[in-house]
Amino acid sequence: MRVLTTGKAAMLNGLKGAALAAALALSPLALGLAVPAAQAAEGSVAIPDARFQHDRMLGTFDRGALQRGFQVYKEVCSACHAAHLLSYRNLRDIGLSEAEVAAIAASYQIPDGPNDNGEMFERPGRASDRFRRPFANDAAARAANNGALPPDLSVIAKARPGGGNYIHALLVGYEDPPPAGITVMEGMHYNKYFPGHQIAMAPPLNSDGQVQYGDGTRATVDQMARDVTTFLAWAAEPELETRRAMGIRIILFLIVLGGLTYAVKRKIWADVH
Amino acid sequence: MASGLHESSFTNPVVRWIDQRMPVFTMMQKEYGTFPTPRNFNYFWNFGALAMINLMIMIATGIFLAMNYTAHTSLAFDSVERIMRDVNYGWLIRYVHMNGASMFFIVVLIHVWRGMYYGSYKKPRELLWILGVVIFLLMMATAFMGYVLPWGQMSFWGATVITNLFSAIPLVGNSIVTLLWGGFSVDNPTLNRFFSLHYLLPFVITGVVFLHVAALHITGSNNPLGIEPKGPQDTLPFHPYYTIKDSVGIVVYLIVFAFLVFFTPNYLGHPDNYIPANPLSTPAHIVPEWYFLPFYAILRAVPNKLGGVLMMFGAIAVLFVLPWLDRSPVRSMRFRPIAKWLFLLWTVNFFVLMWAGGKPAEGLYVVISRLSTAYYFAYFLVILPLLGKIERPLPLPESISRAVLRGGGPLPGGAAAKPMEKA
Repeated sequence: MRVLTTGKAAMLNGLKGAALAAALALSPLALGLAVPAAQAAEGSVAIPDARFQHDRMLGTFDRGALQRGFQVYKEVCSACHAAHLLSYRNLRDIGLSEAEVAAIAASYQIPDGPNDNGEMFERPGRASDRFRRPFANDAAARAANNGALPPDLSVIAKARPGGGNYIHALLVGYEDPPPAGITVMEGMHYNKYFPGHQIAMAPPLNSDGQVQYGDGTRATVDQMARDVTTFLAWAAEPELETRRAMGIRIILFLIVLGGLTYAVKRKIWADVH
Repeated sequence: MASGLHESSFTNPVVRWIDQRMPVFTMMQKEYGTFPTPRNFNYFWNFGALAMINLMIMIATGIFLAMNYTAHTSLAFDSVERIMRDVNYGWLIRYVHMNGASMFFIVVLIHVWRGMYYGSYKKPRELLWILGVVIFLLMMATAFMGYVLPWGQMSFWGATVITNLFSAIPLVGNSIVTLLWGGFSVDNPTLNRFFSLHYLLPFVITGVVFLHVAALHITGSNNPLGIEPKGPQDTLPFHPYYTIKDSVGIVVYLIVFAFLVFFTPNYLGHPDNYIPANPLSTPAHIVPEWYFLPFYAILRAVPNKLGGVLMMFGAIAVLFVLPWLDRSPVRSMRFRPIAKWLFLLWTVNFFVLMWAGGKPAEGLYVVISRLSTAYYFAYFLVILPLLGKIERPLPLPESISRAVLRGGGPLPGGAAAKPMEKA
């Protein structure tokens, strides 16, 4: 059973040391196999493995989930969370057409300028624009969110121990009312998987059918959480599929090259043994 | 013969013309062609060549990263992500550079370990060893400053913790820290100077590597038996025997490297470094990169700040004097029945330190760190000097060729090395 833990980043690092020892002692494989060996830290909740197909060694992104996930991000998350490293043109990668991307971009008013009169203005977005930020600056974001700053989601899947599994768990991990004996502070919400269990973000996905999927998928809370997590995993590592495809070819090539090199070595050394 | 021209043995007219005026071809032929090399190297002797390859990979990828990186606190994080997204194959270049640092330390740690196990630091190779330790120190400085450049949370807080260590130095400590920072906290001037030095130091490393190799080519290589070659029957020309053997090692190394880069590129990093640096928010646990963990554990094992800093630097400094701490005339641990096991214990202990360095500094972890730190130093300062007096080494083989040609494979310990046995 594969589990990762909330918080206690240092625990993971210690395991990395141990895993590295194993890797040095045994083989490159040991490094890969040591990943699922992570164990729960004291007092924190184990994050369930959501079994995303892109988390497998050679997995790819589910295109349907990516597009649905973008819809969830657009209609729910982006009200508070920026993803400023993404451009609208990047959406071509999740399977949207050029016209669809242009339409999505044009539906946003992007600040631009100054114009010839020295004034800032807003214009419809273009495919080359970065995703529009919901707030002008961090102070505005805090002011609108009870003092809490909604983090930028561009690389969030790389920036949390547990990655996508953690994000998925967090999105479905709210409990209202909180478990007996726990008092949640004013304006905070109980979440089983958030470090410290008290999170300022209200449950963003709270009822089935909150988003109307165009492809007929039933929009349960879990489905929406899975879809948006897939989208965020892509946002953090848009190169993932290219990288793995290239990796397979390079490693296969190197194995063949290694075999040939070893054969030549044996031949050259044959007369001196 | 024209006066002042080098007498070249090359026949190709262009090569010959150059070689007569600047005998680089003669030199390459001497140092990498016919260079007499002990015939009994095992695959541990690949790691010097691997380190050289790794250095070249780091410099090559680093140059292209620098073309796209912006050393400013408000732009650095996004410029790195721009490399990942918008620069052609930028993700590849950056992941190779990032994991290349880890590969460099894996390779160099094994290279150092091999030197310690087979006694490569002993006379006449002391200076060769010392230059190696200098390279290791420069590597650590370079890696530390490189980790600061993406300006994530661990970059910022790692830089803060490590630079603050210098404040423990009496009298001048705080001035040194201000100098390192270029101000009164880790900020834009710090990032700028770290970028500059991170670009500079690899070329300093290249220079010291050149000296390291030059010294090696005077004394010649050590070998698994730790005895000197006695004649041509004990050696082979470097090319083709060791060029091809190193090539086998390079391909295996590239497979491990490729696996890290293409399938687990962020495994050895820390998720917090994908959060932009925020001076107002301290991470729950500040941990350095994995290759610093053993030394980080030693630092935290000592309750006194200055003491911890001295012990941490002492852990490297003690390597400089290792050739004089180890009094045994026998190089290879194969013939040292006691030292062999105490050194293997030291190796395990090194990994224990690495593990403890990644744990919070509390409770049992501190106790373990202290015991491990004690053994780390005891091995150098007590065990090795004493063993030189009390250990009875096994008989050494008469010569490399005699030992090697018996069966072709490596010797099973010292048992097969009875000097009187016929080949």
